[in-house]
Amino acid sequence: MAVTSKAVPASLGATTESTDKRPNKYRQALPQYTAVAPFFILFAIFGAFPVLFSIWISFHSWDGIGPMKWVGLAQYQYLLTDATFWKTIGNTLIIWVLSTVPMLLLALVIANALHNATRLRTFYRIAYFIPNITSVVAITLVFGSIFSNNFGLLNAFLQSIGLGQVDWLTQPWGIKIAIATIVTWRWVGYNAIIYLAGLQAISADVYEAAKMDGASPRQTFWRITVPMMRPVILFTAVTSTIGGLQIFTESRVLFGDTSSIGGPGDAGLTIVSYLYQSAFIKNQFGYGAAVGWALFILIVLFSIINWRLIGGRDEERLTRRAARRVERKIAAQNAKREAADVH
Amino acid sequence: MSIERIRTAVGHVVLMLGVLVSLFPFYWMVVMASNTTPDIFSYPPKLWIGSHLFENMGKVLDNIDFFGSMLLTLIASLGVTVLVLFFDSLAAFAFAKYRFPGRNFLFALLLATFMIPSQLSLVPQFVTLAEFGWIGSLKALIIPGAANAFGIFWMRQYASGAIPDELIAAAKVDGAGFFRQYLTVGLPVLRPGLAFLGIFTFINVWNDYLWPLIVMTDPNRLTLQVALDQLNGVYGTDYSMVMAGALMSVIPLIGVFLIGGRHFIADLAAGAMKF
Repeated sequence: MAVTSKAVPASLGATTESTDKRPNKYRQALPQYTAVAPFFILFAIFGAFPVLFSIWISFHSWDGIGPMKWVGLAQYQYLLTDATFWKTIGNTLIIWVLSTVPMLLLALVIANALHNATRLRTFYRIAYFIPNITSVVAITLVFGSIFSNNFGLLNAFLQSIGLGQVDWLTQPWGIKIAIATIVTWRWVGYNAIIYLAGLQAISADVYEAAKMDGASPRQTFWRITVPMMRPVILFTAVTSTIGGLQIFTESRVLFGDTSSIGGPGDAGLTIVSYLYQSAFIKNQFGYGAAVGWALFILIVLFSIINWRLIGGRDEERLTRRAARRVERKIAAQNAKREAADVH
Repeated sequence: MSIERIRTAVGHVVLMLGVLVSLFPFYWMVVMASNTTPDIFSYPPKLWIGSHLFENMGKVLDNIDFFGSMLLTLIASLGVTVLVLFFDSLAAFAFAKYRFPGRNFLFALLLATFMIPSQLSLVPQFVTLAEFGWIGSLKALIIPGAANAFGIFWMRQYASGAIPDELIAAAKVDGAGFFRQYLTVGLPVLRPGLAFLGIFTFINVWNDYLWPLIVMTDPNRLTLQVALDQLNGVYGTDYSMVMAGALMSVIPLIGVFLIGGRHFIADLAAGAMKF
């Protein structure tokens, strides 16, 4: 590569290039810089600058139109004592747990079934993936009607089997369950597809060896499948944590702008809803920016926790080593069997 | 053998139940969109597809500028998609196949931007765009998303494996400069990767809700998602009409997905495995 890239300019423009004794390596890379520039320019204007600017804004009291008034750390001080803010953190975390835990478990079950299914694979994959590409607004409207207190399908069903009805969209827990259901429904298929890819990456030989060693299906699952899937599980855990902390559309569409955007008693008010409400409904831009920073800190914190709990490079290496040991065992066994066949 | 057979049968039952749960809300959307509102909210509820679908769709068109919103959303989605495909593949081509001073640093910087949640810069981005005078215009929807770190990262992984160094070397011998190499060697080879990134980007922009909610302030120029939400807010009592609107907003997207869906899913899974 290096040889050709030097040879080309010399052979092309012998007269112009030869006068320049020391070709500038930066100038030579000009086309490459031009190629990567659009991203970095856009990022500087719409990514990096806003992030820095948001620190500045968060130190001010500002309605977005009038003059900015310096208040220092007052927004953050208020944030720490703001009961509504803590409530939104609690709401978000509860909705996150209510959605992520069933979502990842169901995804694992589906992925396992998909892995073993030989027929209809493409059909299943597309059917499971369609919820993920559907617009959240449209689907939230559908679920809103299903969970509707008086005439909703769910309550009609509960009534018909004699369980009475639940006021899903007015009770604190009902609201959270409704939002978590929408999130789970949308993301189960996506995570199942990712898990399926992880399952397919595990060599069949490892399972073969486990079978030969007389491992039960349960042992195989916990000793081989889960450890080998660790990196994939980490990926889904991190992405669903980040996604879970950013939930907004579901609660906003379910409850709209009427009175509070988080439903009765703010039971469905998430961190991002609160950010939106502070900045764009109440025009407290400085406070909205401060909420944004709190969200950022939470995301970093939870990503680290996830990483520690599930991931970690050492553990990854350990599972790989275990896999190699098993593979070696099979190779030895196969060799023995082949030798036996010959004789 | 028979135990195996029972196990696969059980597996299929589980999968089919999952498919039912996955698809039921769509069925229910059609049921609601094709009945009258009083019928939906009667007890016991109507569970079958009715005959009022076109009537409800007509009401949607009477109450919001549905096709205007759809056109706006389509232009924004296509605009972002075309720009993302061009800028991301160009940058990915450079990152994957060329050594230049600062390459590793720039790529690390690019990966670091993944960490920043978009909501963090929501307020200042709005302020910046207001300063530019872009609020309410298509530029606000298209330009900030015209290149993204995910796309470059993903395309770079793809390009590293897909483009043989020999092809580039041959193009160089033929006297092709960097951009010519990108056009003649890079783009044709990257086409399958571009298809995935294109569908992915299109769907994301089409479905985006928070950003257009904030920047499209003119009630006559709303994207489909925001218009749909508006329809629900103002005419929420007419549930059948709202559902007809939801159905109309979802159909084009599912169409795009079904055309390219199979490869799309495989590529998405492959991409996740590389992280």
